[in-house]
Amino acid sequence: MVETTAEMGMEARWTWRGPSLAWALLAPSLLFLLLFTYWPIAQSLAQAMRIETFGSDAVTWGFGNFERLFEDASFRRAATNNVVYAAGTMLPSIALALALAVGLQESTRFNATLRAVVFFPVLLPLVAAAALFLFVFLPGIGLLDYYLGKLGVGRTNWIGDPDIALWSLIGLTVWKNAGYYMLFFLAGLQGISTDLYEAARLEGAGAWGRFRRVTLPLLGPTTAFVAVIALINAVTQVDHVVVLTKGGPSDSTNLMLFYIYQQAHENYDYGKAAAATVLSLAALLTLSALSLRTLERGVHYES
Amino acid sequence: MPAAAQDGRWLAVAMLAAVALVWSTPLLWMTVAAFRPQNFGGLDMASLLPDFAPTLANFAEALDSADFARLYLNTLAVCAGILSVQLATVTLAGYAFARLQFRGRDLVFYLFLLQLMIVPPVLIVPNLVTIVGLGLYDTLLAVMAPYFASAFGVFLMRQTFRTIPRDFEEAAMVEGANWAQIVWRVLVPLARPGMVAFAIVSVTAHWNEFLWPLMVISNPDNHTLTIGLASFTRGAESASQWGVIAAGTFLVAAPLLAAFTLFQRQFVNSFLFSGVK
Repeated sequence: MVETTAEMGMEARWTWRGPSLAWALLAPSLLFLLLFTYWPIAQSLAQAMRIETFGSDAVTWGFGNFERLFEDASFRRAATNNVVYAAGTMLPSIALALALAVGLQESTRFNATLRAVVFFPVLLPLVAAAALFLFVFLPGIGLLDYYLGKLGVGRTNWIGDPDIALWSLIGLTVWKNAGYYMLFFLAGLQGISTDLYEAARLEGAGAWGRFRRVTLPLLGPTTAFVAVIALINAVTQVDHVVVLTKGGPSDSTNLMLFYIYQQAHENYDYGKAAAATVLSLAALLTLSALSLRTLERGVHYES
Repeated sequence: MPAAAQDGRWLAVAMLAAVALVWSTPLLWMTVAAFRPQNFGGLDMASLLPDFAPTLANFAEALDSADFARLYLNTLAVCAGILSVQLATVTLAGYAFARLQFRGRDLVFYLFLLQLMIVPPVLIVPNLVTIVGLGLYDTLLAVMAPYFASAFGVFLMRQTFRTIPRDFEEAAMVEGANWAQIVWRVLVPLARPGMVAFAIVSVTAHWNEFLWPLMVISNPDNHTLTIGLASFTRGAESASQWGVIAAGTFLVAAPLLAAFTLFQRQFVNSFLFSGVK
């Protein structure tokens, strides 16, 4: 084969290298994206607008499903809960991840051990974490109450009290995810030149001043990126709700995806499930686009 | 001043150690409780002190009440199935984006980008409808199918291919290799670090996945580890068998935790890669 003149071979290959080859290589990915990303988006939109009347075959189109959705107190509760849950998990886990990364950035044996300890929960399935937290949250004899009791704190119904339950799930999520976000901050910190710290030190900046004026601004893009991941996690992870609370007590821990799951899987109300899916998609896209804009601005700032 | 700085340093170390202590308790408890005799005093169940006579009774009971062998096999099949198809799709598409010029490339790139934000879990309801329509309901293939295309993997491979100098390909081309030979013999071996990183992220994600398999699987023979653990936990919880829950959770979590301990650097790098998106 090598005997054919190199020139001719090149020629033939370059024509094959045109658009047809590119599309052929993209085809498998595009096929699956079409089936399980684009088609379901279109299908949700159609299903959300489709209204079936009970006991008749007639189908009309309109915003009826959305109206029914907004009238449903459980939906409103799930939407507000999800906003609280997103903010409540994002702020502490990102702040904690940043603090841990700054505190543990030097590679000593002690720091490496602490980093591994904080990272372990990331590898645990959320279902397994939830199974463990069944005992952590157990009133009276569970881990939390047992040790808080020694400090003189009385027993708490961590996941049975509607005022506390969502915050307990938030605590579980922060425990599970902070180590993951820490990794990105650790990587971001490695990208900051030590000269900048030296310059700040020469200008008389203390540890806090160096953190505020060098570390924090230069980690801007990392922070925006971590925020997007944390946001996507807050909208797409509800395994702990399924295992620990099933959205209760009285919808106090119902999150949007669990609500969608309930509508489809338990109530067979696909119209409402589709309408809620469409709203979730819109929220995810808007918020991610906003964060990515911030992200890009951060990158410009850095260069 | 040095004294104050020294004090601040000790304070920081103490706070970090305190956070690490709190962070480690659930997993520490899991390990201690899993090996603890079942007749252990109910009120001190939360104690973190290891027992002097460790026992495997909790594991025996856990293995007895759920078919862990089948759950492991199903989960392995799902992870391996997803990964092998993904490696093929992301390598081909990653090569196209990294090396080929074609009209509409940017537009298609944005179409892929969409999957990074609209992740499959949000689409569980319409995807269930598709799965039923394809006649795949209650099969392991149904658990795998939505993940066969991976925008994240495509970007990762695209980045990885871009870091490889073109000299290698040009040399192969001069020797008469076609594009398939170039991808398979030149680029794939050089892109191995990227593929390993992707494999770790992919397997971790699907080993841990729950809601989607819960939705498309009904026959217990097709349950994955997470579904098995959830239903097993429900039973053990009502009987207050916390040691058995700890043992079951240990069985589900142990493989990944062990792999992490062995290949710590590799894992950390892979998860960082997942940030390069």
